[in-house]
Amino acid sequence: MTRLAHGGLINRARTLSFRFDGKSYTGHPGDTLASALLANGVRLMGRSFKYHRPRGVFTAGSEEPNALVELRAGARREPNTRATTIELFEGLEAQSQNRWPSLDHDLLSVNRYLSPFLGAGFYYKTFMWPAAFWEKLYEPAIRRAAGLGAAAALPDPDTYEKAFAFCDVLVIGSGPAGLAAALAAGRAGARVILAEEDFRLGGRLLTEQAAIDGAPARDFVSRAEAELASLAHVRIMPRTTVFGVYDGGEYAAVERVSDHLAVPAPFQPRQRLWRIIAKRAVLAAGAFDRPIVFPGNDRPGVMTAQALATYACRYGVGAGATAAVFTNNDAGVAAALATAGAGVKLEALIDVRPALPAPLAAKAKALGVRVITSGEVIATSGKLLTGLTVRSPAGTETLAVEALGISGGATPNLNLTCHLGGKPVYREDLAAFVPATLPPGLAVAGAVAGQFSLADCLAYGTAEGVRAAADAGFTAPTLPAPQAEETATGIQPFWQVKAKGDLAFVDLQNDVSAKDVGIAHKEGFRAVELLKRYTTLGMATDQGKTSNMAGLALMAELTGQGIAATGTTLFRPPYTPVALGVLAGHHRDKDFRPTRPTPTHDWAQRQGAVFVETGFWLRAAYFPKPGEKDWLESVNREVNATRSACGVIDVSTFGKIDLQGPDVGIFLDRVYINMFSTLAVGKARYGVMLREDGLVMDDGTTARLGEQHYVMTTTTANAGKMFQHLEFCLQVLWPDLDVQIASVSEQWAQIAVSGPRSRAVLAQVVDGADVSNAALPFMGVLQTTVMGGVEARVFRLSFSGELGYEIAVPARHGAALMEALMAAGAPFGITPYGTEALGVLRIEKGHVSGSELNGQTSARDLGLGRMASTKKDYIGRVLSQRPAFLDPDRPMFVGFKPVDRSARLKAGAHLLPPGAEATTAHDEGYMTSVAYSPTLGHSIGLGFLKRGAARIGEQVRAFDPVRGGDILVEVCSPAFVDPEGEKQRV
Amino acid sequence: MRIPCPYCGARDAHEFAYLGDATVSRPDPAAPDAEDAFFTYAYLRDNPDGEHREYWYHANGCRQWLVVTRNTRTHEILGASLARASEVTA
Repeated sequence: MTRLAHGGLINRARTLSFRFDGKSYTGHPGDTLASALLANGVRLMGRSFKYHRPRGVFTAGSEEPNALVELRAGARREPNTRATTIELFEGLEAQSQNRWPSLDHDLLSVNRYLSPFLGAGFYYKTFMWPAAFWEKLYEPAIRRAAGLGAAAALPDPDTYEKAFAFCDVLVIGSGPAGLAAALAAGRAGARVILAEEDFRLGGRLLTEQAAIDGAPARDFVSRAEAELASLAHVRIMPRTTVFGVYDGGEYAAVERVSDHLAVPAPFQPRQRLWRIIAKRAVLAAGAFDRPIVFPGNDRPGVMTAQALATYACRYGVGAGATAAVFTNNDAGVAAALATAGAGVKLEALIDVRPALPAPLAAKAKALGVRVITSGEVIATSGKLLTGLTVRSPAGTETLAVEALGISGGATPNLNLTCHLGGKPVYREDLAAFVPATLPPGLAVAGAVAGQFSLADCLAYGTAEGVRAAADAGFTAPTLPAPQAEETATGIQPFWQVKAKGDLAFVDLQNDVSAKDVGIAHKEGFRAVELLKRYTTLGMATDQGKTSNMAGLALMAELTGQGIAATGTTLFRPPYTPVALGVLAGHHRDKDFRPTRPTPTHDWAQRQGAVFVETGFWLRAAYFPKPGEKDWLESVNREVNATRSACGVIDVSTFGKIDLQGPDVGIFLDRVYINMFSTLAVGKARYGVMLREDGLVMDDGTTARLGEQHYVMTTTTANAGKMFQHLEFCLQVLWPDLDVQIASVSEQWAQIAVSGPRSRAVLAQVVDGADVSNAALPFMGVLQTTVMGGVEARVFRLSFSGELGYEIAVPARHGAALMEALMAAGAPFGITPYGTEALGVLRIEKGHVSGSELNGQTSARDLGLGRMASTKKDYIGRVLSQRPAFLDPDRPMFVGFKPVDRSARLKAGAHLLPPGAEATTAHDEGYMTSVAYSPTLGHSIGLGFLKRGAARIGEQVRAFDPVRGGDILVEVCSPAFVDPEGEKQRV
Repeated sequence: MRIPCPYCGARDAHEFAYLGDATVSRPDPAAPDAEDAFFTYAYLRDNPDGEHREYWYHANGCRQWLVVTRNTRTHEILGASLARASEVTA
């Protein structure tokens, strides 16, 4: 056990049990998985990506490159979870990754002896030949050997939410600068959101030894948190990572609502995606402690000096029984002193500088810490760290330690400042990149801005909080900023120990060593973006948060062009990995998009209908009856019943648009190719609309209900799009037209009754209205009541080619109308049919539908060219007259029958002259819709054929290589049934 | 991205549908060069760097067509007005 005797922000009164790789351990509330494992003496937490070297925890935060584990089990198993951010909970289960058969004995650790061959560019150079081996052999093998954890193969049992939040000032990070900014803005009365990725506020203050306002730094955190919590307009969001900055002051954040629990509480999501709209934001994201590159710097037990101090001070854990710190800067020294102060036995403080600043030297002396100046660690030993070799002017010595804290200086955590294209600049005095151009509305304060001292963090945090509130319209009361002891921030840039020996790692997560940077340089991959891609430096889950700086510093040294000129790679969102589940939110499975049931949905369900999704709608596809052996038998029965007696179908899904005003007629003339201003009141007309490029956009029937009142139907699929188009025409193209439109698709249920007996059925449901052929002729419209007083519109239309009516009633009466029609029609053999039979009926009749209105066909191609009026302009008219549209060789709409009537046609087949080679040059068109026609007793098809109308009676080859179809078909009129249209007019 | 709808205030861009260049206007179909003019109108668009006026439709809102001025380089939205009231210049 390496839990220190006292200290730490953990609740020692309670014990939590957890398992790692099947072994049981205990920890305390306030622990992370990493701190609890260290407290149990577990230092080996993972294997490295490429060489399978043993690795331990390297940081105490979300920048962790090494300690990635599979958290939980079964459907909730989540790979690549950072042990450093997982809050310990009772019953936690975690597994190590990338090892076999066990973490301790990993067979692929043999790779480390192959490291001379596995360097940068290894894959590119080695697996080049033979090319065919890549996909089948090399890649699968490499993926098995490398890779990190495995995702759960089961559906995610948890739920996720998305939400918006609005504020005046968003403060990101709750270290000294963030707390000061939130206090200043909150006191000014601004609506503040304080987002902190940790479960506890405070950031570096949880480890800080310097005093604030004369009291321990942690007391300041408690006081600040209490005050912020007391302000009603301030919202504190712990466990919330702001991961992206977007246009217009929008910030994306993920709140881990339930990740600290074994399972989410009832009705609680696991995580919540926030879109935060902030008038101003203050980024106070702090800085990372970065490593120094030296041989063997990856042994479990080597970690950043700040992590060593954090484990000691915040968690009351000694990362080893004995420790040392190796640094080049004052913050590293402070971390060493904090670690020693917390009770960890510090063997030595090794600083590359010739002397420490006097106050720090005095403190070290007071704590009895041995300081080795002008010292360097040149080697480490042990599978888990057991010792160091230190070189100094006094000579070379070995130290027996289990933990080594290294600090190469602070790297400002400026990721978010770059999301809108900002590029950081290098400051030689700080040996760090700091933000330069910032996203609009975002300010930076504290270590992220290179303001490293505690006093500066508090002062700049306060100033930026005041300023952000003022910019948002709030005047801050003049309260003094919190005062802190001055903390030293000196640094002597130092990147790499020049010594021979074991591999010296730059990027721990991707096993990129100093040697690899050298290879990249030698082979010409010198620009940072090339260095990244050639060596994988800075890739994967940590995106090089701790490693990029050393990598580019090494490259800068090799090229001699300096760090400023070398620059950084681009930072993109997300700042830390985000689960796809939370990005999807509740849009999954059946909730991926809305389901729209028709007004008669429940009725159809009771009839045993089989449903199909058409757009957002769920429609009855067919109504199987007992004894029917397949869907085709049901569909054939439905078609036959409709042609011989009467069929009924819910057609409420068509788009319906109500148009009113004195100029509706003129307006419709401009959007349809045919005339509507001349349509008589009480009549309906089929219309076709073009896009401005001359191709058909949509079709449907529009009826005139009154002098200034029309109702339009659109296809189901285009309902929304057509409404938007009409709004564009009215608001943008012709704002002078006096027309009002409203979508009434949801307001009206519409049921089609078709077949020779449909008039008799209709007569039973109308309230006495005359529905004879004389009173309600083909394409006539009757406004009446049905079922004893229900408002109704009866349109005499036919999609099936039979005598038919569409009856519209207010949507709430749709189901009752269906029941009434079924009761009234029972003596006449009324039969409900679905979308399958609807398709067969229209193909038999040769009516065009979505497959023909495919965005590549003109009105003329569809055989509807004669509808186009020559007396007016309309959308698409000018460009539809272009020569190519008038080319006699264009594929035209025709019907097809298989020469061998028992053969089946296939939609998508291409049409070739018989005997011609199947090449694109011989392509003469294609088949768009096919069906088995129970009326004709064989397969029929519709499609487009070069000079189609002139070739009726010819035979062509229908070639479908994808599905193996190659048959001769006979070209015919598309109207297979009742080509004269007599049946619909009786 | 937020769009300041004249009716609804600043709203999330997801509520809007984008159409494109608002500086083109439908040509006179009766003009002798109508075919060329319509060809240009239907197909040819500039790809400006900087300020651009474009049509957006507030589909999940007031259903108004807007002319939004946007900087194509920074995505900054500089303003929005109702398309029906806009003086659209070619």
